[in-house]
Amino acid sequence: MAISKIWVLAEAGDSGPTPVTLELLTEARSVASTVEAVAWGSDTASLAAALGEYGATTVHDVGDLGGALPGVPVASAMAELIKGGNTPDAILIPATYDGRDIAGRLSAKLDKPVLTNVTGLVAGDTLSSQHPLFGGSLTVTAKFTGEGPGIFVIRAKSFVAESGGGAAASVVPAAVPETGASNAARIVERHVEERSGPKLDEAAVVVSGGRGLGEASNYALIEELAKLLHGAAGASRAIVDAGWVPYSHQVGQTGKTVKPTVYVACGISGATQHLVGMKGSKNIIAINKDQEAPIFSVADLGIVGDVHKVLPALIEALKAKG
Amino acid sequence: MNVVVCVKQIPDPAAPSALDPGTKTLVRTGKLIMDDSDNYGVEMALQLAGGEGDKVTLVSMAPGGETSGLRTGLAMGAADAILVSDDALAGSDALGTAKVLAAAIKRANPDLIVMATESTDGYTGTLPVQVAELLGLPSVTFAKSIAVDGSSVKVERQTEAGYDEVTCPLPAVVTVTAGVVEPRYPSFKGIMAAKSKPVDQLTVADLGLDASQVGQAGSGQEITEVTEAEARSAGEIVVDEGDGAQRVVAFLEQLKVI
Repeated sequence: MAISKIWVLAEAGDSGPTPVTLELLTEARSVASTVEAVAWGSDTASLAAALGEYGATTVHDVGDLGGALPGVPVASAMAELIKGGNTPDAILIPATYDGRDIAGRLSAKLDKPVLTNVTGLVAGDTLSSQHPLFGGSLTVTAKFTGEGPGIFVIRAKSFVAESGGGAAASVVPAAVPETGASNAARIVERHVEERSGPKLDEAAVVVSGGRGLGEASNYALIEELAKLLHGAAGASRAIVDAGWVPYSHQVGQTGKTVKPTVYVACGISGATQHLVGMKGSKNIIAINKDQEAPIFSVADLGIVGDVHKVLPALIEALKAKG
Repeated sequence: MNVVVCVKQIPDPAAPSALDPGTKTLVRTGKLIMDDSDNYGVEMALQLAGGEGDKVTLVSMAPGGETSGLRTGLAMGAADAILVSDDALAGSDALGTAKVLAAAIKRANPDLIVMATESTDGYTGTLPVQVAELLGLPSVTFAKSIAVDGSSVKVERQTEAGYDEVTCPLPAVVTVTAGVVEPRYPSFKGIMAAKSKPVDQLTVADLGLDASQVGQAGSGQEITEVTEAEARSAGEIVVDEGDGAQRVVAFLEQLKVI
């Protein structure tokens, strides 16, 4: 069975589709002859040009959700299309907050399994997916054994987005069937937290802190260094678990994948949990007092030293340079 | 209010992990512990269901009748537990596991089901929503905080941009991120009491599930290959002699970042 049609779940960002959406469209284009997108929101039409440019011919538009969380209505609309005979061979879903909700709902609705934490796809008779294991030291290749569609949840930065020069996708409404009690959660209010500088998963420089910082107040050093380098501040799971910084800062297996030009790991030992989220960075600088810390095995420059001394000195030096 | 917390009993993440060369699934031998991620769910549930007549029940699926991880949650203060253990469950994928947990949760008839956003060892992150769909319940994932208000729950849900305030009628499934509450340490009294708290052990047949839907038999996916990933070449590691910061500055200059 060749792979003829792929759906990509398209998410809207501040201006147009999110970067991971374009990454998935680019990959889908190279694997399948027909690529279609599924999107939701009050202004899906504004996404059609960009989605088309990156390979989608059609956008299935679930429309405005009226404050509902996307998981149930979007998955229901997709399941309805599939039951109606519009069955793709594979569905690519970004590993985001909403993407995972939609994937889980769709999986249970269709009684089809999901493959998650995908970082690569291999096209053959059927589509196989690649997954990093044990901190990325092993790559596991997996595939679905049953009938499609295969649902793949894919991590950001797994592919490079490239324009295909396609025309705007045609927008086709996708109806949400009766969903019952499962669709009862409603967003009452949205809070946008002030953020200075680039997003963690889009920044060219990421500075992350870990348990070696000693206490929560020292995370300010990470934020200051990130700001001086026009980068974003990240964190290891240990300090997120400890409640020092919110989950949205977490880099790693259970967190975000980052691939910046420079990654600066401060007081992070480099558990496999963390390595899998950052070892794709172009250049890695590690500062840690334990010479045996695994983070040094992936570092291009490793400073065996005390973050409480090196970080303030580094901040001073950068300030002095202006 | 009855609250169910799904807890996963996993091999100690600090111990070296391995794949079974035959089945290519994670080796799960030795003593299992309660996943650290579940500490937050258990703590949250205990805080929400701390009143008269409230109850927290743990639900888990694990091989070999394993209860050592469950005892941790019971020692923290959960009243009882349901454990599904059956040889037929080996090799279950997330959807198969969700079917088992959903069937077990039904028995506790909860008002609220709390889970971690994802486990430390499997980290598919889809299971809670699969359970919610199988139970026909709404779900709110990635909760930073949960407050029960009569027959509904108010949740602050993590988003890319900040957070959303979400309301949802009960019963519902809510997943919590780590770090949202400070998990209590079991007291000595709690640890002693946990030893005699009831753990209802069930099989696939007890749950009325078809064995072909779960375990390896029901898993719709297989691992075809395991390869060594390309290792990063070793870099320069220097001991800070007071020049560490300058070394970093020089490296950043070389990369033209500054």
